[in-house]
Amino acid sequence: MKPTDLSSPTYFHKVVDCQWACPAHTPVPEYIRLISAGRYTDAYMINWQSNVFPGILGRTCDRPCEPACRRGRVEEEPVAICRLKRVAADNKDEVLSRMTPIPAQKNGKRIACIGAGPASLTVARDLAPLGYDVHVYDAEAKGGGFMWSQIPRFRLPESVIDEEVGYITNRGGVTTHYNTRVNSLKGMLAEGYDAVFVGCGAPRGRDLDVPGRREAAANIHLGIEWLASVSFEHIEKIGRKVIVLGGGNTAMDCCRSARRLGGEQVTVVVRSGFEEMKASPWEKEDAMHEGIPILNYLVPKEVLHEGGKLKAMVFEKVKAEFDAKGRRNLVPSGEPDVTIECDDVLVAIGQENAFPWIERDIGMEFDRWGLPKLNETTLQSTIPQVFFGGDAAFGPKNIIWAVAHGHEAAVSIDRFCQGQDVTARPDPLVVMSGQKMGIHEWSYDNDVSIDLRFKVPHADPAESLRSIKAEVELGYDRELARKEAQRCLNCDVQTVFTTQLCIECDACVDICPTDSITFTPNMEDEAALRTTLKAPAINTTQALYVADGLKTGRVMVKDEDMCLHCGLCAERCPTGAWDMQKFFLETAKTTNGAQACLSR
Amino acid sequence: MSYLKPALKHPSLPKNALGFTRRDYEGSISTLCAGCGHDSISASIIQSVWELGIEPHRVAKVSGIGCSSKTPDYFLSASHGFNSVHGRMPSVLTGANLANRDLIYLGVSGDGDSASIGIGQFAHLMRRGVNMTYIVENNGVYGLTKGQFSATSDKGSKAKKGAINTDEAIDLVAMALQLGATYVGRSFSGDKQQLVPLIKGALSHQGVALIDCISPCVAFNNHEGSTKSYDYVREHNESVNKLDVILGRSPIAASYAPGEMTEVTQHDGSVLRLRKLHDDYDATDRVAAMNYLARHKAMGEIVTGLLFVDPEAQDLHASLGTVATPLNQLNDASLCPGSSALEKLNAGLR
Repeated sequence: MKPTDLSSPTYFHKVVDCQWACPAHTPVPEYIRLISAGRYTDAYMINWQSNVFPGILGRTCDRPCEPACRRGRVEEEPVAICRLKRVAADNKDEVLSRMTPIPAQKNGKRIACIGAGPASLTVARDLAPLGYDVHVYDAEAKGGGFMWSQIPRFRLPESVIDEEVGYITNRGGVTTHYNTRVNSLKGMLAEGYDAVFVGCGAPRGRDLDVPGRREAAANIHLGIEWLASVSFEHIEKIGRKVIVLGGGNTAMDCCRSARRLGGEQVTVVVRSGFEEMKASPWEKEDAMHEGIPILNYLVPKEVLHEGGKLKAMVFEKVKAEFDAKGRRNLVPSGEPDVTIECDDVLVAIGQENAFPWIERDIGMEFDRWGLPKLNETTLQSTIPQVFFGGDAAFGPKNIIWAVAHGHEAAVSIDRFCQGQDVTARPDPLVVMSGQKMGIHEWSYDNDVSIDLRFKVPHADPAESLRSIKAEVELGYDRELARKEAQRCLNCDVQTVFTTQLCIECDACVDICPTDSITFTPNMEDEAALRTTLKAPAINTTQALYVADGLKTGRVMVKDEDMCLHCGLCAERCPTGAWDMQKFFLETAKTTNGAQACLSR
Repeated sequence: MSYLKPALKHPSLPKNALGFTRRDYEGSISTLCAGCGHDSISASIIQSVWELGIEPHRVAKVSGIGCSSKTPDYFLSASHGFNSVHGRMPSVLTGANLANRDLIYLGVSGDGDSASIGIGQFAHLMRRGVNMTYIVENNGVYGLTKGQFSATSDKGSKAKKGAINTDEAIDLVAMALQLGATYVGRSFSGDKQQLVPLIKGALSHQGVALIDCISPCVAFNNHEGSTKSYDYVREHNESVNKLDVILGRSPIAASYAPGEMTEVTQHDGSVLRLRKLHDDYDATDRVAAMNYLARHKAMGEIVTGLLFVDPEAQDLHASLGTVATPLNQLNDASLCPGSSALEKLNAGLR
C-alpha cells in the first residue's frame, strides 16, 4: 500500500467518526471534553458556531454521529452525544457577548430568506455579521419553521426555540417578516434583493388513497398539518381510539401527541417491517414506552364508516419477498385482513415538496420529481441569485442537514454578492496541536472509562402523559453528564507517526490495548495486507494508517478502527515517533470563530 | 502516566482453547523505560502461554533482582510469582520445583542476575537439569545503576559515554551447553517471530531450557559501538533455523527437500519442527553445536535460533527418584512417617 497522505485534512477528519458523520461537522470530542471539565458555556459556543441550535438539536437531532461513534464498536453503545449537547445548553451562562458582533455599518447588500426554519435562520446568522441586511419571511407568527410547528412541545419546549431563534433575529442585521406568506418568487425577485435563499421546507404531507377516505374525511388528518394545529393550540383533543399510519419520526410525534390529547388506544400501523421503519430507534422506543403498539406489515385497504362517521380501518397483511436483484417487495401473505376500530386517523406516510409559488416561466429548472435543479455543493439554482437549502433543496431530511445547507448557502451567497467564483470553496480551518505536557503526561484525560452508557432521566410516565407541554426527557444532571462525557474516546486526539524517529522496538505494538499496530512487510493489495495484521482489520470503512521508510524495510500499519486514543503507544515510545496531536477542524463558514468564542 | 491498560479490547480478538484472549494473560503496565527490549520479551511470554493454552494458575514465575527481574509483574498476573533475592532465582525455583512438580516453572533473570552475582546458581541449576524455562533478558549493561558494563558485555564494545570494555564476555549459551542443558536457544527481543516459538518449545520441554535473549537497553546500551543495540543485533543476527511448535499431530503444510526439515518429538508429545536456514547446522548434536557457535562467534555473528535440543531429556526429579505427587497433596503420615522410619533410613546408610 502507498503511505498515508496526511497533507489533506480528510484523513484525520475521517478518524473522528462523529464529526465526519455530522452533516455540519461539529467538533464533537472538543465540546464533550469541555462538558466534562464543567465548561458548559464554552461547549455551547463550539456547538453554536457549528450547528446554530444546540439546545434544539440536543433534544431533537437525528444524531447521525451516534451510529458512527467508535465507542459503539469497542463496546456496546455509543456516547450519548446528542444529550450531552443539551447539557451544554441547559447549563451555560450568558452567551450573547461571545457571539460574533453585528456591525452597524452595512455592506449595502440585501438578502431575502424565504421561510424561518433552520436553513434560512442559519443563512441569516452567517451573513448578518458581515454587514448584510437580511430579511426573513415566514407565513407563521414566529420563527423556527418545522422546529416550532411540527415537533411536539413534550420533546422541545417553546422557550428553547424562542431563545435560539432570538440569538439570530434579535441581534440586529436581520429583519423578520412574520405572518407574511410569499406567494410569488417573481415578486420577490422584483424587490431587488441581491440574493434570495429558499428555505421553505417540504410543507405538503402525502395523503392516503383508499375507499372511504373522502367520505370519512372529517376524522382523517394529515400528520404534519395536525401536529402544526396542535402546536398552535388550534387542536386540543382527539378521539379515544386513534390509528397513526406511517413509520417515520412524524408518525412517532403524532402517536405520542395523540396519547396526550385523549387518545387512549393509539396504534401505529406500518406497511414495512419494524427494523426498516424510518423512525429513529429511540423514538420508536419512546412511543412503545408510552403504551403505543407498533403493528407492522399491514397495508391500508379501506376506511369503514357509517354515513361519513369514521368507524374502523381495514388492513391487508403482507410479507416481504426479495426478487433476484435483492429488491424488497411487499406481497399479500394470504392471512385474513385486519380491522382496527378508530375514532381518528393520522396520516404520516411522508412529505412532498411543493413550490406552487415559484412561477414556471422565470427560468428556474426543476427535475422530474419537482425539485429545483441545484449545484449540490453551492446550492445555487439555475437562477444565479437564488439559492436553496434544507428540505426545500433535496427533499425531507432533518434539522442538522438544514443547518449544514445553510452554512454552505451563506458561503455561496457571500461569494456571489462579492463577485467571486461561487464554485471555488474556501478551505476549512484546521489546527493540529501537540498534547504532550511532560514525560508521560498529556493535556487530555487519556484514561479510558469503562462505564456503559448512562440513561437520560425521564419524567414519570403517568405525569408526562397528562400534558402535551410537559417535557418527557429531563436531561442529564451535571454529574451524570460528566460521567457520560468521560466515555468519549477523544478520537480527535490523533496518533501521529514520524518514521525517521522510530527504532522499531515494538513498544507500541506490545502496549496497544486493541492490537491496532503492526510492523510488517508491505503488500500491494490493501485487502491482503488487512489479513496479516495483529488483530483482524475487517472493517473496511476504517482506514489503515501506513508509514514506510523504516530501517528494516517494513511498514508501520495502524488500523484506525478500534483505536482507543489512549495515548499508550506514545507514552511507551522511547523516541517520540508516536505523538498525540489534537486535530481541530471547523468547516469553512463566512466567519470562522469557534475558538474565538472560548473563554481563556 | 498510565498505570493501567484500558480494559477495553479488540472485539474480534481470537480466543485460545480455554476461551481466553491474549489480553487475559497480561500483567500491569511496565514501569521500565519506554522502548525497553524486556517489554517485548514479556509480550512474547504472554503470546506463548496464550498460544499453548496454559491456564495461568499452572505457571509459577520466579525472578531475582534487576530490570529483567521486575518484568514478571508485567505478564501473567493470574499466575504464581516469587520475586526473590539477587542471583538466587535458581535456588528458590529449584526448591519450589522439588516441592510441587505439577507447575510449569518460568525463571526470568538478567545478565547481571545470572552472569555475575548468580553465576554459581546458574551453573548448578543447569547441571542438575531442573525442569524449567530459564530466560535471560540480556542487555549487556547494569541498567538500574545507569549503564555500567555487565559480565555479558562483549570485549571491545563501547559504553554510552565512550569507555571501552576490556573484559572477556561470559557466553551463557556456551556455558549452558557445556553444563548439560537440554534445550538451548538464543533470540532477540525485536524478533517475536523467532522468540515466541522458542519460548513455547521451552515451556513444553521436560528438562532445563535456557533462552539467552538479547534485549537492547534503550536508555544505556542502544548507541553506536554497542553490540547489543537494535541496529547492531539486526545487522549481525544469523538465525540457524526456524522453529514451529506443534501441539498434537497436524499435517506438514509445506513440502521441504530432504534434510531441510527435521522434527523432534518431546516427552509431552509436542513436536518441534525445525526448518534449517544454515545447511551445516544440526540442533540435536551438542558438540557440533558448541563448535559451530564458537566458530561463528569469532566471525562476529550473533547466532540465534534453537541451538540445541535433547528430546530424551531427564530432569532433577528423575535423578533423585522423588515422589510423583506434589508435597502439598501428601498427607501428614506420608510427609512425616515417624521416628521408626527415620531410624530405618539411617540404618540403611550406615
